[in-house]
Amino acid sequence: MNQKTGDNLRYVAHKRRVREDRRFVTGKGKFVQDVALPETKHAAVLPSPYPRARILAIDTTAAEALEGVAMVLTGQQMAADCNPIRLGLKLPEVKWYPLAVEMARYAGEWVAIVVADNAYIAEDALELIQVDYEPLAPIIDPEQAFAETDLFVHPGHGSNVLYHGNFLWGDVDGDFATADDSLTFRARWGRSSTVPIETFGALARWDEGTEILDIWASIQMPNFVELLANTLGYPLNSIRLHQDVDVGGSYGVKRGIKQSVLVGYLSRKLRVPVRLIEDRLVNMAGGDAHGPDRIFDTDVAFNSDGIIKSLKIRALDDAGAYPGRAPFQLAKPISAIVGPYTINSVKYEAISVATNKTGQVPVRGFGQAPTNYMIEMAVDTVARHLNLDRLEIRRRNLIPSDAFPYQIPSGSNYDSGDYHTVLQKGLDLARYDELLQRRDRARAEGRLAGIGIATCLEPGGGNNIFEYLMDPTAEITTFMEACEVKVDPQGKITGMMGTTTSGQGHETLFATILGEELEFDPDLIRIVHADSLSALPTRSPVASRMAIMLGGAATGAAGKIKDRAMAIAAFNLDLPVEDLEYSGGTISDRNDPSRKLTWAEICFIAYRAYHKLPPGMEPGFHAQYVFQVPGGGQLPDAQNRVQIYPCFSFQAHVPYVEIDPGTGKVSVLDYAIAHDCGTVINPDIVRGMVIGGLAHGIGAALYEKFSYDGEGQFLSATFADYLMPSVHEIPDVKDVEHCTPSPLTSHGQKGSGEGGYLGAPAAIASAVNDALHPLGLSITELPMRMSEIEALINNGPG
Amino acid sequence: MSKREITLSINGKTHTGAIEPRVSLLDFLRDEVGLTGTHVGCEHGVCGACSILLDDVPIRSCLMLAVQADGHAVTTVEGLSNQDGSPGALQDAFQDAHGMQCGYCTPGMLISAQALLADNPDPSVDEIKDAIGGNLCRCTGYVQIIESIQLAASRLREAGQ
Amino acid sequence: MAREDATGVSVKAAKFDYILAESVEEVVATLDRGDGEAIVIAGGQSLMPMLAMRLATPAMVIDINNIAHLSGIDVRADEAVIMACTRQATALASPQVQARLPLLAKAISYVGHQQTRNRGTVGGSLSHADPASEIPLAALTMDARVSLASASGTRQVALADFFLGPMMSARADNEILLSVHFPLGSNDTRMGTAFHEVSERKGDFAVVAAAAQIQLDANGLCSKAALAIGGVDGVPRRITGLEARLLGSRIDQDKIRAALPEIANAITPGDDQHASAAYRRRVAGVLAERALLEAVAEAEQ
Repeated sequence: MNQKTGDNLRYVAHKRRVREDRRFVTGKGKFVQDVALPETKHAAVLPSPYPRARILAIDTTAAEALEGVAMVLTGQQMAADCNPIRLGLKLPEVKWYPLAVEMARYAGEWVAIVVADNAYIAEDALELIQVDYEPLAPIIDPEQAFAETDLFVHPGHGSNVLYHGNFLWGDVDGDFATADDSLTFRARWGRSSTVPIETFGALARWDEGTEILDIWASIQMPNFVELLANTLGYPLNSIRLHQDVDVGGSYGVKRGIKQSVLVGYLSRKLRVPVRLIEDRLVNMAGGDAHGPDRIFDTDVAFNSDGIIKSLKIRALDDAGAYPGRAPFQLAKPISAIVGPYTINSVKYEAISVATNKTGQVPVRGFGQAPTNYMIEMAVDTVARHLNLDRLEIRRRNLIPSDAFPYQIPSGSNYDSGDYHTVLQKGLDLARYDELLQRRDRARAEGRLAGIGIATCLEPGGGNNIFEYLMDPTAEITTFMEACEVKVDPQGKITGMMGTTTSGQGHETLFATILGEELEFDPDLIRIVHADSLSALPTRSPVASRMAIMLGGAATGAAGKIKDRAMAIAAFNLDLPVEDLEYSGGTISDRNDPSRKLTWAEICFIAYRAYHKLPPGMEPGFHAQYVFQVPGGGQLPDAQNRVQIYPCFSFQAHVPYVEIDPGTGKVSVLDYAIAHDCGTVINPDIVRGMVIGGLAHGIGAALYEKFSYDGEGQFLSATFADYLMPSVHEIPDVKDVEHCTPSPLTSHGQKGSGEGGYLGAPAAIASAVNDALHPLGLSITELPMRMSEIEALINNGPG
Repeated sequence: MSKREITLSINGKTHTGAIEPRVSLLDFLRDEVGLTGTHVGCEHGVCGACSILLDDVPIRSCLMLAVQADGHAVTTVEGLSNQDGSPGALQDAFQDAHGMQCGYCTPGMLISAQALLADNPDPSVDEIKDAIGGNLCRCTGYVQIIESIQLAASRLREAGQ
Repeated sequence: MAREDATGVSVKAAKFDYILAESVEEVVATLDRGDGEAIVIAGGQSLMPMLAMRLATPAMVIDINNIAHLSGIDVRADEAVIMACTRQATALASPQVQARLPLLAKAISYVGHQQTRNRGTVGGSLSHADPASEIPLAALTMDARVSLASASGTRQVALADFFLGPMMSARADNEILLSVHFPLGSNDTRMGTAFHEVSERKGDFAVVAAAAQIQLDANGLCSKAALAIGGVDGVPRRITGLEARLLGSRIDQDKIRAALPEIANAITPGDDQHASAAYRRRVAGVLAERALLEAVAEAEQ
């Protein structure tokens, strides 16, 4: 790839306003709740109060009789008219319908839906629905679910195990046999999620005239329209998803397929637009947007000098009642299964089980955050065991900068990196020596103080081959992204992307790269979101991929535009293309710059002067480009070794915490982070995502948990009980960039939306455990709630 | 339980509407008046996405009935713009420091910041944190929001001199 | 199915009628007619979520925000009176409250956030009777009394007798809380106060909170001690056994520690997802000690 990086860049990597911001600060964002269609009806859903119960009967007559109610629909009725929602893995007896059919499988699962003139009346009607339940004993504990022989969440499936796979890369037994020592530990990642401030919402309108189902939804999901079409049994080209809807945060979870099936179905049935905006309580309990909930049992083999040789990992993940694509969150970590370290071999046992809890969906990092937490805990645990400094052990194990591209045991080639330098930048930023003194002074004064050290890799731009690792019938080897670029008769440029955006600034990214490549001010380039019928193949902004993939597509399309302009100029100037020079749209003779064609002239020719077009060239001026994931496209080899992600960003986190020993309350007082995602397209966007991810990670480490009691009742439906950090819980983060360009991307960029979240939980855990170390204590379960830390301090372990 | 007629000033304009007593001020502003800049986050008073100014004081519009706003003056995020609809000084600072990502909590943040700067032209970081402590943001980690408010404060101080 | 069992059914209030009352007489007459189905709204910061979630489904909501004389702070010779509808933000910013009711000011600084304090009222918080709420805890520590009015007259109730259980109080359905009365010591007493609270995030309800108010005599001996703990029982609890052990003594850390076991006898904490009963029990002692030490230090200044 002919890559433009560093000093040659005019717009990329320069601080520029984020174009999306203007509509948000003026209150003109267009979120799904803001889309107003005449005659719209409002839906509300009735959740099951029981985690597991047979639905014996539902009486909707009183609700239907209420004035203003258009329809009440039950699961049985819905299921008669739709297919089960397709799951990621082929589990034919795990049937997921938009509303529970015969059996409710978690507290909060939707059993009926009301459509009414407004949301108030819809909720009035919910009170009038009579459901006759037979409560049954639920399966709550994932270990129990795994071991269970006759109590199943989905009896037809005959087991609670949704996936159980074993992977072996390298000579694990040999490495364990020859290593000086080994140890075993358990780490637990609690059930939390991304919890955007906007819940999921969808609005549908069936148009009888065109026979098209129009959908507006706060969606961030690959294959959403396909899933919707399959579930409703509609042809794919009869659904039009409007992707110009602003999505109020997602980070993976905005996948409201059942919600959209319901409004789509109801709007066709009722011949009016129907919208379902989840309220907060419904979203938390029944929106199927929980994240990984994972237990790791890890053996680590190492030498007495701290060199880590091998890992044996068992990961048991609780997917809840309906898995969606949840099990694949055990597969992404394969792409960076040794983290940034030179670990020689790995055994990996991955298990996904169903329980009577809310369903799990992909969450920021797609399973990598828990795994990184476990890897960093392994490093800290070995360091502690050997009485070796946590920095020193990392320096000994980090992949050296001269080793790239570096192949890890599971087959990934890490594209580029300079881990030692980035770590050092983080330490310098934290003023590490002073921080050590501060910690030790605090300890001398009787306080519990600790410094965290953690690194993380952020795989970006994946090709979806992880699916094949879990299901060899899924021969999917691309996860492309496309765009179209149009130059109009005025010479103005419009870029069309094919997905929604949910805060990542894709319009800015796209315009910046087009401006860079075509040498036009990005602020004058229009970016639009094509609807799903008009869009070229895209796969949505998941997997830290848009800078890599949309950036690649934009570069490719810009190149085609330029090629076309050059061909027109070459023909009209009667010169070979090699003799021409492109500068800001004007094309001139290298040898005689007075001979030139201006951008306006080129555009005129393209649209109006067919006689001046090179023979055979179509009139008009646009280009399409479909970008394939770089460095991928292969099936795994016989040892299941494969490149899943092309690019690997790196971060080093250095937080400082103090713990109140009387209350167990952790205060994160300082935080330094160094990050390297190659070339940064827009510095403000990247910095925001890095710090925002980090704050999200502090939430996962200390505060956020979807709690269930022993009977399976859900306890975290409100924002008073699910504790997202406020500004008071987030320290004044200091950040520093480093740039090791990726050789695989258009401008050396890599992904950056997830790294903060991948590193912060490990870093905070490291800091808390450093603070507890003088007491001989450690904590291995996230979130580390203050009550549990206090109990540890004042009761001792166990 | 009939509808009540209410008259209130919204962003300097007088609005009259008829509304059921049970309707929240938030729903009234969005669904009846059509001002969708004020956002729905939790409807139980924690997240701050629905913040507005009531008689110049920041409150949560989900924790108030629309009928209670009768006779009062409401300012929403739309009211922070210049007369011609272009972004005001505070809104500009949020753009320049990129104090947002998805934009969903942004109106609430702006309302809290507006109230802060009206009383305190030179707020400390702790004062800024207190002002936006009741506004949750999932995207940013708050750092660029604090920087946006600091930028707005310094620009407003300069403009005032 | 009992709909109370359902997880997250509602965020839109059920239907109710509404009046904007112009006088207390109108309020109490309406409450009387309401037969338990009428409810008073002041700031609404607790009531609105309950209405939205349909945990409260009154037939009638009586708005008292327009009754001007229900707002205000009046410091008299022997008591300070805060009218029920006084905003928490107003009380917090009041120089009179800061000077004469310092414990209340310290407590209010922990209540919610600016946006909720701008609307929430002192009387509403007491009336709501949340056992983890700060204003009831401080007012109880300060020996405050509340005035309650009904169609048949007005009565005063000491807060020690007011809180009956979680969200339950001695206020009858047909009564409105008019005002809260804080006794004032003479200006020359050496008084110290402290409010300590632990919650997972700033502004959340307390997991545990402790409020202390200590008076010392000319010799530095404790002439009055008040300590109450919140979040550890169905109501905020005064720890009278501990107070008695401090009275008349020179309070130091040893004295406090010797008296702390009295807390365990006075409280019955529960478990929830935020903390165990054992946590609440231990942390009650920790915060009590801190609050007492700080209050004594302030009194000694």
